[in-house]
Amino acid sequence: MSRVGVLKALSACALSGPLLWLSWLVYLDVREPGAGLGADAGEAVVHFLGEWSLIALLLAYTVTPLRRLLNFPDLIRIRRLVGLYAFGYVSLHVLSYVALYLGFEWRALLEDFVERTYITAGMGAFICIAAMAATSTRGWQRRLGPSWKRLHQVVHVALGLALTHLWWLTKDGYAEVLLYSMWFSALGVERLVVGGRFKPSRRGAQSLHR
Amino acid sequence: MLIRKPLDIKPSEITPEGAYRNRRQFMRAAGVLGAGVMLPLSGRAYLPPEETVTPESIATSYNNFYEFGTSKSDPASYAHQLTTDPWTVKVSGAAKKTGEFAYEDIVKGLAVEDRVYRFRCVEAWSMVVPWQGIPLHKILERFEPDGNAKYVEFKTLVRPAEMPGQRSFFSSIDWPYVEGLRMDEAYHPLSLMVTGMYGKALPNQNGAPWRLIVPWKYGFKSVKSIVSIRFTRSQPRNTWQLLAPDEYGFFANVNPDVSHPRWSQASERRLPSTLFEPNRRATLPFNGYADDVASLYDGMNLRKLF
Repeated sequence: MSRVGVLKALSACALSGPLLWLSWLVYLDVREPGAGLGADAGEAVVHFLGEWSLIALLLAYTVTPLRRLLNFPDLIRIRRLVGLYAFGYVSLHVLSYVALYLGFEWRALLEDFVERTYITAGMGAFICIAAMAATSTRGWQRRLGPSWKRLHQVVHVALGLALTHLWWLTKDGYAEVLLYSMWFSALGVERLVVGGRFKPSRRGAQSLHR
Repeated sequence: MLIRKPLDIKPSEITPEGAYRNRRQFMRAAGVLGAGVMLPLSGRAYLPPEETVTPESIATSYNNFYEFGTSKSDPASYAHQLTTDPWTVKVSGAAKKTGEFAYEDIVKGLAVEDRVYRFRCVEAWSMVVPWQGIPLHKILERFEPDGNAKYVEFKTLVRPAEMPGQRSFFSSIDWPYVEGLRMDEAYHPLSLMVTGMYGKALPNQNGAPWRLIVPWKYGFKSVKSIVSIRFTRSQPRNTWQLLAPDEYGFFANVNPDVSHPRWSQASERRLPSTLFEPNRRATLPFNGYADDVASLYDGMNLRKLF
């Protein structure tokens, strides 16, 4: 396997970890209610998946600067994988919220969407991530050409909305949301300062379309 | 010869005619009396039989007690560090008997009653808990509040050395935790100062040595580990109202019609809530205690005064 192949396999394993852990907890809970997921199982699942959606999205956002930092252009080739994991987690997050919180009551979903601004923000982030996932194929990269890069700048909107979602739903105890916000801000600043000047090597630029 | 068989009912056992004629009234009176006697004994008078008691293991391990941390498991993990003996309570404000009292002296001689109540958190989960406690009015009466006492304010202990949540840099709560009730709410027979649950002493994570339980209000009104009772003329500013006045009010009566910016209050998850049995049920006005307490709020706009 090529170096990139190994890297992709390792990333996939690492990003599947939380999902496997959650499956184990669900298994424990099915065997003995409460044993894996605690007293409020639905809440536990929704929050777990939400947390990992944000982490996966932040990781995908970290790939680009890490590539610069490590001077490792091929790293760009795991970005789609990480991004698709983020999409996977956020899809499961939304699905679990609709199924476990709302019991598939669409009126309740509409009410949440309109009345609860943190849900509106979260849904906005989900739509941005879905748009990026849908256009992540090579076909779409070719078709969109230079606009593809512009379109995928919505990752900033997605992260902004996802963090707003978390800020608004946090009652107290701001350690986590502060940590994630600092992660995003640091990388955002890095992009502004360094990113503009950086010219990817020919090899890296080509590999995006390979 | 005809021998009269003696009656096997003594004349004294026969109901007088007048009483017989008034039997319906008698039954009503007996019913009221019976319910009155049963209530303190079982407390179940308020609870339909289809509502089952939440397992003790859940009620003592799934708690919001931010003094110990914001996670639901933090109180059970850290509350053992709390010293609850000795426990001093400061009583102040509009009352005849104020000062510092030892907790044991306040509760001495007051009968502890069993009450099985629904407990509804503003976060849309709920439990059914068998509490042991003293009707709040019996405690407050001891301090002889005067005419200026329109409200009573309670404060939780501040002791960062034993309460890790109070040491947290990431909390925006201005300790101590403050809550309050209007005097008529505090004197309502359902309001309970809880000293035990499930037939045992109140665990630290549930607010030892004593806490409030006001079953028709959201859980955050039921302040834990109380060290201060103050009678006041003006409405106290409670902690959550100070933090987010558009989300949490002073009254905080359970109300399915007033939705919260974070949670729809129309329904709740009765714990334990599992993946295949979420145990979701409709939330009742005043948490099902409307018949007892709705009259306290006659003429008030409960949409505005949430």
